[in-house]
Amino acid sequence: MTRINNFFEAFGAGVIMTWRAFAMLPAAPRILKRIAEQGFLIGYTSMPIIAILCFFIGSVLAIQAGISLREFGAKEFIGALVGASMARELGPVMVAIILAGRVGSAVTAELASMRVNSEIDALTTMNIPPERLLVLPRLLAVILVMPVLTMMANLVGWFGGAIVCEYVDFIGLSANEFFRNLQAYMKFSDVTDGLIKAEIFGIVVMIISCNTGLRTRGGPREIGLAVTKAVVLSLIAILTLDYFITKLLA
Amino acid sequence: MASPRKSCIQREDRSPASVNVDGLSKTYGQQEVLRDVSFKVEPGEIFVIMGPSGSGKSVLLRHIAGLEVPTRGALDINGLSPTEPETRNQFALALVFQSGALLNSLSVYNNLSLYPHEHQLCSKKEIHDRVMRALQILSIEHAAKKMPAELSGGMRKRVAIARALVMEPQLMLYDEPTSELDPIMAATIAEIIATLREEYAVTSIVVSHDRDLSLTIADRVALMQNGQIHSIAPPAEYRQATDPLITEFLNPQINLQNPRFKTLEATS
Ligand SMILES: Nc1ncnc2c1ncn2[C@@H]1O[C@H](COP(=O)(O)OP(=O)(O)O)[C@@H](O)[C@H]1O
Ligand SMILES: [Mg+2]
Repeated sequence: MTRINNFFEAFGAGVIMTWRAFAMLPAAPRILKRIAEQGFLIGYTSMPIIAILCFFIGSVLAIQAGISLREFGAKEFIGALVGASMARELGPVMVAIILAGRVGSAVTAELASMRVNSEIDALTTMNIPPERLLVLPRLLAVILVMPVLTMMANLVGWFGGAIVCEYVDFIGLSANEFFRNLQAYMKFSDVTDGLIKAEIFGIVVMIISCNTGLRTRGGPREIGLAVTKAVVLSLIAILTLDYFITKLLA
Repeated sequence: MASPRKSCIQREDRSPASVNVDGLSKTYGQQEVLRDVSFKVEPGEIFVIMGPSGSGKSVLLRHIAGLEVPTRGALDINGLSPTEPETRNQFALALVFQSGALLNSLSVYNNLSLYPHEHQLCSKKEIHDRVMRALQILSIEHAAKKMPAELSGGMRKRVAIARALVMEPQLMLYDEPTSELDPIMAATIAEIIATLREEYAVTSIVVSHDRDLSLTIADRVALMQNGQIHSIAPPAEYRQATDPLITEFLNPQINLQNPRFKTLEATS
């Protein structure tokens, strides 16, 4: 019972925090530097791991598709399959999962330790809302960065698929044919729907991470627990939302 | 009282704050940390709170700073409740935390410039001058570029005090400002607290174990015990007090034959 209570309390606090942060939007031009810093932290440093992961996801997709489609003699459709799966589903979800694990955890740890060390209290006494100084720049940065990261994930994934087609013998499809098929059957909305998804995932992960961090009380042990909690919550939120957004966009 | 120094920090109301604590009680779980605490601090006064550790001094300061909500009772600053967000726009208060509570991700300089910068109070040049002056007063100008993690405990404390000076508040709350400092620096802090009243017209509430500091600079001293106010009086009365609790706290005797250790030996 108290767990359910705690959940709703945290949920309410998250809503209020987000509301307050966006209410400070007029201050955004003044915090461009901080947004840029956060964008760099979130985006640029996540690129290598996203590239590696999505390359292999694209490759695996192509192999699996190759095995299945070969039986129907329809292997030329690998391009369409890998292209759409990556753009609609795996690109946004993988980027969001990496965001939760790499960036969300760090954000939660930082804000939680600021709370535990009374830094947030110090800000409050200085009449500087933590929502403006700490939450808004991160939210805006993630909004800016998510589409870029997701586009990159898609491109690398497609590239991984093309490489597999070209060099794996039993598929025997040239990279050119792969991309021609991808282009022919993919719709523009496949990509834009994926970007919308990624944007929502990114915002939700950042809200969960900031809120969990700011709500931490206690000491070092609680900081660790908060990080675990934020990551688990983010993953649950990503996959649950994925279902509903997919249904809505279908 | 001298007129406040000319400053780029403009506030409608620059008069020192008065604090009114009335029947304040605070309970954490089962533990009653503050019990029916009442006192008044006049504008421009230096009010020192002494008491054994764990007696609730820090919790009391956090209430005055609006960081905790009382379980029972009320308190106000200039008639305004400190937990109301509106109150913070009416006047500035600064709390020097026991730990310093510096922002670890910002350099010392940026910690000090944060307040005027975020509130767009002064030009860049004015902010720079104010920050450097505050650092000079506490003789830590060489640490301006350092990060808080690179400082010793005493330096962190001094940076925290400098950060409060830059704010030019009407109410200064100090939580054990001289713990972790050497005696010379502790004397400097005492001088700063006393000077601030003349220069900035500020009300100060100081939590301190430092008997010399307390009895020298205070207008009145409150002694706390188990979450209650034991007594409030001017320093002179404390010097002549005969109450055993006061005399023992102000002049603790070191007893090398402390029986406490005898019982430990007996049980081991
Ligand atoms: N957030 C809190 N939750 C529970 N107990 C607390 C909290 N803060 C302080 N206390 C308790 O209140 C008492 C007084 O603490 P404090 O005001 O820090 O003492 P001091 O007079 O040394 O500053 C202590 O027993 C402490 O355990
Ligand atoms: Mg204390």
